[in-house]
Amino acid sequence: MSEPTVRAAERLEPLAVETSEGAQELQRREVTAATELGREVGSVLRVDGHTFDPTSVDYERRDDETMILNMGPSHPSTHGVLRIMLELDGEFVLRAKPVIGYLHTGMEKTGEQLSYVQGATNVTRMDYLSPVINELSYSMAVEALLDIEVPERATWIRMMMSELNRISSHLVWMATNGMDLGSTSMMIYGFRERELVLAFFEKTAGLRLNLNYVRPGGVAADLPDGWRDDVTVICDTIDERTYEYDQLLTGQPIFRERMEGVAPITAEEALALSVTGPLLRSTGVPWDLRRTMPYLAYDQVDFDVIVGTYGDNFDRYAIRLNEIRESIRIVRQCVEMMPAGDYRSQDPKVTPPPRARIGESMEALIHHFKLFTEGFQVPEGEVYSAIESPRGEIGCYLVADGGPKPYRLHVRAPSFVNLQAVPLLMRGGSMSDAITVISTVDPIMGEVDR
Amino acid sequence: MIEVPVDAPVGVVTADAKRCDLGCFPTRAQYLDLVAAFKADGFEICADLCGVDYLEHPSRALPEGVAATRFEVVVNLLSMSRRQRVRIRVQAGDEDPEVDSLFSIYPGTEAMEREAFDMFGVLFRGHPDLTRILMPEEWEGHPLRKDYGVGRVPVQFKEAPGPR
Repeated sequence: MSEPTVRAAERLEPLAVETSEGAQELQRREVTAATELGREVGSVLRVDGHTFDPTSVDYERRDDETMILNMGPSHPSTHGVLRIMLELDGEFVLRAKPVIGYLHTGMEKTGEQLSYVQGATNVTRMDYLSPVINELSYSMAVEALLDIEVPERATWIRMMMSELNRISSHLVWMATNGMDLGSTSMMIYGFRERELVLAFFEKTAGLRLNLNYVRPGGVAADLPDGWRDDVTVICDTIDERTYEYDQLLTGQPIFRERMEGVAPITAEEALALSVTGPLLRSTGVPWDLRRTMPYLAYDQVDFDVIVGTYGDNFDRYAIRLNEIRESIRIVRQCVEMMPAGDYRSQDPKVTPPPRARIGESMEALIHHFKLFTEGFQVPEGEVYSAIESPRGEIGCYLVADGGPKPYRLHVRAPSFVNLQAVPLLMRGGSMSDAITVISTVDPIMGEVDR
Repeated sequence: MIEVPVDAPVGVVTADAKRCDLGCFPTRAQYLDLVAAFKADGFEICADLCGVDYLEHPSRALPEGVAATRFEVVVNLLSMSRRQRVRIRVQAGDEDPEVDSLFSIYPGTEAMEREAFDMFGVLFRGHPDLTRILMPEEWEGHPLRKDYGVGRVPVQFKEAPGPR
C-alpha cells in the first residue's frame, strides 16, 4: 500500500542504488530534456514531418500529481524480463519507457567466436519461439557470401519447417495473450496445440526447441519416415481448433471490449518507428517479405497476406489467428509439392561426407574432422539477409573477413525494434490496457536483448 | 541498379552489394543529407542500423575513394513501394567515432543507435537519449569492440599438471 504522506518525489529515489539503471530509466519530468520528453510521450510522431513541437508537452505538471510505477523486470505479463516504467496519472499512462538488457548474454559477440558451422546453434537461441526462422536468416546470409545453391528439396523442407514454426510461435502468442486477458483456457489450448508441432520437430531434428536444423548448405536431416501423415494430422487438428479459438475468444464480448479500438497505431507511425510484422500489417500495410520480396519458394505457393484496418489490438489478434490458417495452407502445399532429392548441398566445402563413407575412407574422415574443428572459410564480404519472422523482418548482417568465423554477426531483431512502439501505444491508455499492449506487440526478450 | 536521388550528395556508390540494390559510401558530412534524400525518394523504413569495428580487418574491400576508418556504421534502408533495399556504410572515425543521428529522419533508429553506442561507443549527434540500452548503466567499455576481451573461464582438466 502506498503511503499518502510520502511525497512522490521522495519515493522516486531508487530503492536500491546498486540495481538502478541510472539514465536508462524513466526520469522525473523536471530532469528530462525536452526532446527526450517529447519522444517518450510519443509526440515526436504525432505531428507533421515528425518534428518535435515543444508546446505539445505539459512541462508544468507537478511531479507529485503523477506516479512513476516500475513494472518488471519480473512480472507475469511482461513475457520474460521486460521492464517497463510508467508514469501514471491515476490509472492512465502518461509516459512509458521500456528498460531492457536483463537477458543480454552477448550473443553477437559469441557469434564472432564460433565458426560458421557452429553459428546456427547460437542464433537459434535468440528468438526462442521461432528458432528455425533465426537459423534460416543466418544460413541464407552465409550461403549468399559463399555463393552456393541449396537443393530444391532442402528449400521446400526449410519452407515447411518455417511455416510449422510460425504456427507454433503464433500459438504461444495466442496462449500468452489469452492469459494476459484472463482466459487461462486459451493458454492451455495454445500450449497444447503447440506441442503437436514440437513433437514433429523432435522427430525431425531431435530437439523440440533450439533445433539447429537449418544449417548453411541445407538442413541437418531429411524428413522422417511417415512425415506426410504427421504433418497432415498437425494441419487438420490445428486448423479445426482455430475455429474453437474463434468461439472462445473472437466473438466473446469481454474479449472484444478489451481489444477493439484499444491502442491503435497508424501506418505512418508504424513506418516511422521501423515497425514490421503483424504490428505493421494491422495498420493496413500489406508488407510481408514472403510475398513482397520472396525467398525460398514462397513465390510458388498460394497464400494470402492478412492485413488489418484499424491498427488496434483486435486487428493484431485477428492477423495472428488468420496467419496460423495461412501457414497451414502453405504447409499443406509443401506436403503436396515436396520434391525429391538431396536435403543438403553436395558441395564438399560445407557438407560433411555421409556417415557410411567415414568408416571406409581416410580422406572422408579427415574431411569430416576438418569441417567440424576448423570449419569452412567464407570469402570476404558483407551481406544483409532479411526474411519474415512471426514478429516481423528478421535480418542477419554478416561481415566475413575470409576466415572460418564471422567477423561481425548482427541480427536485426524484430522484437527489439517493435518494442519502440510500446510507449506510443500505451500513451493515454489505462494500466490494464498497457498489459494488452505488451501482449500484442509480442516481444521475445531473448531476441530483444540477444 | 537504381539511381541515387538527384539532389543527394553522391559519395561513392557501388552496385555489387550482396542481396541489396545499391551500396553507398558517403562521408560523414554527406551522410545525413544522403539518408534524407533516400527518405524523400520513397525509402519509407530504416530497416536496420548497426556498428562494425574493423580493428582486426583494416584491409577490407572498399570501393576506390573511400578512406577506411576503424568504425563503420551500416544502415539498411527499405523501400516498400519500390521493393528495393539500399545499404549505406559510413566511415565513423578511428578514435571517438561520431556520426549524425538519423532520429530526425527515421525515429525508429532510436533504439538501434543506442545499441550501437552501447556496443561500440559510436556517438550519434542529435540523439535525444543516448544512453546504454543493453549493458548495465555503470558498465565500462563497449563490448563489441574488437579490443574488448571476450572473457573465458579456464577449463580445468582432471589431474592438470601443477606448476613446475
